[in-house]
Amino acid sequence: MSSSETGAAVEAVFREEHGRLLAALVRRFGDLDLAEEVTSAALEAALVHWPVQGVPAKPGAWLMATARRKAVDRLRRDQAYAAKLALMQVDAVTEPVEGAEFPDDRLLLFFTCAHPALPPEVRGALTLRCLAGLGTPEVARAYLVPPATMAQRIVRAKKKIREARIPFRVPGADEWPGRLPGVLQVLYSIFTEGYVASSGPSLQRADLAAEAIRLVRILRLLLPAEREVAGLLALMLLVHARRDARTAADGSIVLLQEQDRGRWDGPMIAEGLALVRVALTGGPAGPYAVQAAIAALHDEAASVATTDWPQVVALYDVLLVLTPSPVVAVNRAAAVALRDGPAAGLVLLDALRDSDKLRDYGPLHVARGELLERLGRRGEAVSAYGKALDLAGTEPEQAHLRRRLAALSS
Amino acid sequence: MKYMLLINAGSVAEDGSADGCDVQDWVNFDKAVQDAGIFVSGESLADLVTATSVRVAADGTRTVVDGPFAETREVLGGFYVIDVPDLDVALEWAARCPGALGGGSVVVRPVADFA
Repeated sequence: MSSSETGAAVEAVFREEHGRLLAALVRRFGDLDLAEEVTSAALEAALVHWPVQGVPAKPGAWLMATARRKAVDRLRRDQAYAAKLALMQVDAVTEPVEGAEFPDDRLLLFFTCAHPALPPEVRGALTLRCLAGLGTPEVARAYLVPPATMAQRIVRAKKKIREARIPFRVPGADEWPGRLPGVLQVLYSIFTEGYVASSGPSLQRADLAAEAIRLVRILRLLLPAEREVAGLLALMLLVHARRDARTAADGSIVLLQEQDRGRWDGPMIAEGLALVRVALTGGPAGPYAVQAAIAALHDEAASVATTDWPQVVALYDVLLVLTPSPVVAVNRAAAVALRDGPAAGLVLLDALRDSDKLRDYGPLHVARGELLERLGRRGEAVSAYGKALDLAGTEPEQAHLRRRLAALSS
Repeated sequence: MKYMLLINAGSVAEDGSADGCDVQDWVNFDKAVQDAGIFVSGESLADLVTATSVRVAADGTRTVVDGPFAETREVLGGFYVIDVPDLDVALEWAARCPGALGGGSVVVRPVADFA
């Protein structure tokens, strides 16, 4: 094996094992900085040894044994850690058995990274770093901030974890209902950041969405009985399946009704549909399962015209009860317009427009513009699109609205 | 690990107690904290009108003023210091504190450890 092949093998193994290794070390030593340090050191050791000795039969176990040895060495050297060492009764004499499997502790990292005591904007970044194995520069790129800014955010978050002693633990059964939605929310926010970038030159960053899907797959592996995890994975797959059709070659937006449905990802849709069934079976459906069911109706239809709009509206009615939000109400109104005609949808949107939360919500104004246009009320459509243009964050969204405005005035 | 629970009353009733809970709620909470063996210290503060602020300028001039009379709605009404294993446990006790009800809030701050 050439050194570059070994390098690629190491990288693939490392990305796969990074989260497991880090989680097991955090559980063992209760110290995220130490765990990160020795995780990196173990990889460096692998880069030195594997090209010479070959990749071990159980690379993860080899990395784990190496990392633990380095952690114990580090604790021995460091005076400040001496007391801690005694306190944790770290077994410094017995060498960890090489090749032994170790338990998957990644669930506790999911919960700690999504802890409600951490600032919301840093929870996704920490999750990407700890569980997806992304480096700080990659995380910074994902959130379109300078690496130094992201590094500072992560340092602050880790300081809070350490000094306020946010525990590395999986919450107890009684806390579960309050905490799991927070974990799912973090993963969904990573996905939506990838799906519709909040600002910047490009509409979607598919690799970030793919990263979110990878993380939910891990969570599903850890929590196979949680139907909302299945629902979230289904939702992501059913939306991500349309990624290639959502933008034209020049990066401009292609609306749902104009998308070439032949370019949707069939196998991904099939996987998503199977998961929707899991998420909807065996009790009341959660909000992600319902959103996935709506995405499924779009993905199964041959065109916008043949989409089952009465069913879509019915699902939005359910969603509105589960998670009452003006944003859901806007989507419901758009579905009503397709079921009952533009005038019916417009009545609902006009009622929503006056709420404080939605005055600056771009999609509401886009939807109003479209309905007004279909009703032939050009002047009002122009002002609705103009308002949406003021609020649009990405360049493709802005270009799309300028095109619609130009078409109206021609 | 020691945490201070800073109890900010939301709105204060005529008798100076926080809205949304009565004296018995406080008695019960205080007993629970004592019984759990986590109590380090705690006081409730006298009415805000009794507060006085002192400032010393660079030249040593001392200024004493009545107040402060916070323009914010929330007023520090008391505190507990508890000794518990981690933030999750501290947050659990903060949530049980009557001061978190009725528009009030309990700010949880770890006590700095210079050891």
